[in-house]
Amino acid sequence: MTAATTPILRVENLTKCYGATCILKGASLTLGKGEIKVLIGPSGGGKSTLLQCLNCLVQPDSGEIWLDGVRIDLQSKPDLYRLRQQVGMIFQDFNLFDHLSALDNITIALRKVKKAGRREAEERARIELDQVGLGDKGHLYPAQLSGGQKQRVAIARALAMDPKVLLLDEPTSALDPELIGEVIAVIRNLAAQGMTMIMATHQISLIATLADEILFMAGGDIVEQGSPARLLAPGNTSKSQGFCDRLNEISDGG
Amino acid sequence: MLPSLNVVLDSLPFLLQGTLNTAAIVLGAMLLGLALGVVMAVGLVYGSRPVRWLLELYVWFFRGVPVIVLLFLFYYGLFTWLGLHISAVLSMALILGLTTGAYQANIFRGAILSLPRGQFRAASALGMSDLQAIRAIVLPQILRLSIPAWSNEYSIILKDSALAFVIGAPEIMARTQFVASRTYQHLPLYLTAGLLYYLLTWLGVAGLRRLERTMRIPGYTHQDMP
Repeated sequence: MTAATTPILRVENLTKCYGATCILKGASLTLGKGEIKVLIGPSGGGKSTLLQCLNCLVQPDSGEIWLDGVRIDLQSKPDLYRLRQQVGMIFQDFNLFDHLSALDNITIALRKVKKAGRREAEERARIELDQVGLGDKGHLYPAQLSGGQKQRVAIARALAMDPKVLLLDEPTSALDPELIGEVIAVIRNLAAQGMTMIMATHQISLIATLADEILFMAGGDIVEQGSPARLLAPGNTSKSQGFCDRLNEISDGG
Repeated sequence: MLPSLNVVLDSLPFLLQGTLNTAAIVLGAMLLGLALGVVMAVGLVYGSRPVRWLLELYVWFFRGVPVIVLLFLFYYGLFTWLGLHISAVLSMALILGLTTGAYQANIFRGAILSLPRGQFRAASALGMSDLQAIRAIVLPQILRLSIPAWSNEYSIILKDSALAFVIGAPEIMARTQFVASRTYQHLPLYLTAGLLYYLLTWLGVAGLRRLERTMRIPGYTHQDMP
């Protein structure tokens, strides 16, 4: 297989159950370089669990994961640490490290995980902060930043690790409406630069315009998948179309 | 009144030396307790079931037995049985350290559990190992959160250290009692002893409050509020 045809991330049959309740019932997907997949669907459908299983923040019960053609041993901690180092994650509630400045939120993993020197790490952190438009906010602490700024720092923090894939778990859901735009702009910018992403979102503008493929999840399964052009075509009766219509109604009504 | 004042003044160097011994006992105990407490708290939260069970047993033992019983048990019992010849000051620091370790473990455990889980998740998501996440992300935050409770523990251990006089450690209480039994000036001497304990309490608590202020995370506490 050549590099061009090797998917960046491939997962087969991931399952996750808590007792008798199965949140994920055998999800499979293949992600090519530069591809953007968007997960949509009702709450409790398994979007978040799928994302967290992809970097094993939630340990899947069964299934297989290949990153860049290399199979990950889900029982081996060093393998999981390596996987997570190469797969960035953005959380709904940011999860910035509260005791560190914006700059050090970015440098800490560079220094501890990548063993970069302080100066080298800070240089890189400044580049990433500039990238998300926060070049002058590096000295501020999370409690001194707005929600949108926190999320942009979180994105800069993930990007500094040079991830092969970025997982975004409803990155704008915890934000006030007037702060959503700045985060969306950053995500669009990443897409334009060719970042490979999987994103769970209810943000209708991101779904329609960014997705190469939409995955509709419900009841722990990917029940529908396809390009936005196909699934969201006018007059289509797909589940995705119905779901996006309802999202539209909500945003029009509000 | 004059003879009593003279006794206090005459014995002051002797009592101050005792104060240094008390300070050494308390400092040693608190630092040993800090090291034990941090390690045990991490084990209590993140450890496997047998580890957690063993640590619970430790905490339960040291919280359930009076310090004076522990003192006799270790100093006259265990240390003698093992043939260890440890000075009374060192023994007291050791025994108090083991005791406060159990209490400090609970202080730090509570702080770890109060930390939002997302902090650890975010560290993991960046590729940090569990140990790296605990050291770089969890501990710096919970140690800050624990300073007020730790200051409380300090004042308790300081006062417990007076029990060292029963095994003959030359600390404040033992030395005061020694002078008092010879001069019969109980009232001024024990007042002085009380004052010396108060002084050490104040020094420690004020120092820790200052530490808390310097370690404060900008924008993170209520003190900036109007």
